[in-house]
Amino acid sequence: MSKSKLEPNVLEEIMAKTGTAESSVIAILQGVQEHYRYLPREVFGYIAARLGIGVARLYSVATFYENFSLEPKGRYVLRVCDGTACHVRKSIPILTRLRAELGLSEATPTTEDLRFTLETVSCLGACGLAPVLTVNDKVYPAMTPEKASELLSSLKEEE
Amino acid sequence: MERLTDRAALGAYRERCKQRGGLLKRQILVCCGTGCMSGGSLDVYDRLKRVLEDKNLPVAVNLELEPHGDMIHMKKCGCHGFCEMGVLIRIEPQGFLYTKVKVEDVEEIVEKTIIAGEHIERLAYKTGGETYKKQDEIPFYRRQTRSVLEHCGHIDATTIEDYLAVGGYTAFEKALFEMTPEGIIAELTAANLRGRGGAGFPAGRKWATVRAQAEPQKYIVCNGDEGDPGAFMDRSVMEGDPHRMIEGMLIGALATGADSGYIYVRAEYPLAVSRLEGAIRDLEKTGLLGERILGTDFSLNLKINRGAGAFVCGEGSALNASIEGKRGMPKVSPPLYAERGLFDKPTLLNNVETFANVPRVIEKGAGEFLKVGPAVSPGTKAFALTGNIANTGLIEVPMGTPLRNVIFDIGGGMRDGKDFKAVQIGGPSGGCLTPKHLDLPLDFDSLKKAGAMIGSGGLVVMDSDTCMVEVARFFMNFTQNESCGKCVPCREGTRRMRDILERIVAGEGEDGDIELLLELSDTISATALCGLGKTAVQPVLSTITYFREEYEAHIYDKRCPAGVCTKLKTIAIDPIKCRGCTKCSKVCPVEAISGVVKTPFVIDSAKCIKCGACIETCPFGAILMGSPETATNPVEDMQ
Repeated sequence: MSKSKLEPNVLEEIMAKTGTAESSVIAILQGVQEHYRYLPREVFGYIAARLGIGVARLYSVATFYENFSLEPKGRYVLRVCDGTACHVRKSIPILTRLRAELGLSEATPTTEDLRFTLETVSCLGACGLAPVLTVNDKVYPAMTPEKASELLSSLKEEE
Repeated sequence: MERLTDRAALGAYRERCKQRGGLLKRQILVCCGTGCMSGGSLDVYDRLKRVLEDKNLPVAVNLELEPHGDMIHMKKCGCHGFCEMGVLIRIEPQGFLYTKVKVEDVEEIVEKTIIAGEHIERLAYKTGGETYKKQDEIPFYRRQTRSVLEHCGHIDATTIEDYLAVGGYTAFEKALFEMTPEGIIAELTAANLRGRGGAGFPAGRKWATVRAQAEPQKYIVCNGDEGDPGAFMDRSVMEGDPHRMIEGMLIGALATGADSGYIYVRAEYPLAVSRLEGAIRDLEKTGLLGERILGTDFSLNLKINRGAGAFVCGEGSALNASIEGKRGMPKVSPPLYAERGLFDKPTLLNNVETFANVPRVIEKGAGEFLKVGPAVSPGTKAFALTGNIANTGLIEVPMGTPLRNVIFDIGGGMRDGKDFKAVQIGGPSGGCLTPKHLDLPLDFDSLKKAGAMIGSGGLVVMDSDTCMVEVARFFMNFTQNESCGKCVPCREGTRRMRDILERIVAGEGEDGDIELLLELSDTISATALCGLGKTAVQPVLSTITYFREEYEAHIYDKRCPAGVCTKLKTIAIDPIKCRGCTKCSKVCPVEAISGVVKTPFVIDSAKCIKCGACIETCPFGAILMGSPETATNPVEDMQ
């Protein structure tokens, strides 16, 4: 973890695709997040300078949108859908079970060893399969607390 | 893929695709929508292809090359709509629909159906003691009118050739070579096409406003930020028939004079993004997007913007800010978005389903379009049918179809034989409808009168086990999270309302809470700037209107009539039925149950977390969960 997160070549590669117009801010941050799985604070100064905008402008965007995270996320990001359709088909017991098994809470969504992040999402548009959860964007349909628990065990074994 | 330089080239290429498509009578259509893909449809597709090739059966995966009549056309198509039954496969020419297909079934499908032409009964859809061989016979499909979704599940969503083979880009061709911009707008106005994004604003009027602006630089934007939880109509169109929507955008750009456009898709739809990227790539290669399209002066470039998770960005001016790379905060209107939108230039903004309706209007004319649905809101509407309903999925019906037909005829009624209690329509901006609304026609104006809105078309059906106060709390929590924070009444007011609702569901409601909720609702909807704030209170208002007694039960009797709210539940042991077997005390995770063997046990309600583990364990059915008075006095309750 001691390695600096500022890798100009990585950032330049991202900006080569998105361009450096002010309107590209979100696309750039998305690129950064895809690479690091979060937004390291070290990159903000570099990007702001390249775009000729204030660092505060970048932070204003990074903190507004739900998908951006200034904290490192786990290797496995589990998102329990709590959209209306999943909610009425009992998604919260799934979340409760996973939180209990991972020792996580709303305030601490990521395990200390950076293996798992557990969060909710408002709707994945897979309502026909409710309740669903995703692991790094792979959708798991028709979940129950038991199935979620089994899935978690299999993820733990995969490592 | 060919580069099409003029009208004749487009027509010739389309004809060739049609011929090739017509040759290929034998088809296997594998649903590759988000739903079926999570059920493993890509594995099924790959396995099918391998088994066919192993048996030396010729396969065509697209219409680019010259196929011959014996080939089997394999298509990765968009959502069939019947997500509950995925993975879905349709086999032509027989029209067989196979449901819940697994990789292990592939061998048998090839042997029996593809080679021998036989039907496999065990894979067919069954309901009410009947087996349905063909898709069109299934009640879920038979009672729908598929217009916008007509190609979803029928054509390969990943190739432009398949769209051309069903007559794709005919409407655009007609608009480009035979119509004036004014003529296009007049046709749309005559058709009275109303925006499918929620408010139902007439599209023709919006297009005319953009066209009328003197500023030469104009933009076109497609709103694919389908953020309403429980809605996925637009996702299905973008994934299953991306070209149809883009064709609508091409016509929109032509009519309004825009030469640059954006498709704003929410980040939660990665498949929609990749299908749209593929479609745009194909269009640029064929020359249907870019500079001087088909040799005319008309140019259009399209770009995809991925959202970053903000519900408010479904609102025009917030979406705008997001495309500009800013925080997605709404602005004051006027000026109208059509006058000063993206980068302060005139901008045409419609949602996915609206654009997807355009090609039909232009190709067939307003007269045809007006034949379906009521004159005040003609055409069809796609709905996402979800929640406690038997058939969840994506449906399309004429505007004005009564709710009853949607829920009971197409949706197949409630799951597990429970009673219908309410349907939430229009997401966090909409309201609840109750059994007394079942004959209400689903159109913009009727719903508005009933205190709900069509919204983008999410229908979340709720059964008798749903607590409406909890539902109101759920929505308030959602809008509170999604409030952008610009206007104080919305930022602070939604928080106060959520706090009150949280108190009520926790059994700490007080006299006057309902009145306070109503007063806050009044202030927020009157003073918030954007649609999110103005309508955030709708779920609370409509649940108070139709389910006030549930609020009162929570507040005054400390009781949840649906038995949902955990803090209002009690679990107690019936001393007459209890044999003192100790099973419950062993399973209790918090050691709340105690007693002496062979005498009735008791639950310490201060320790009990109401997990229900003891109820499942008790072999005598002696443990009951309920609201206080029923659970503590089971004997009295029986009398």
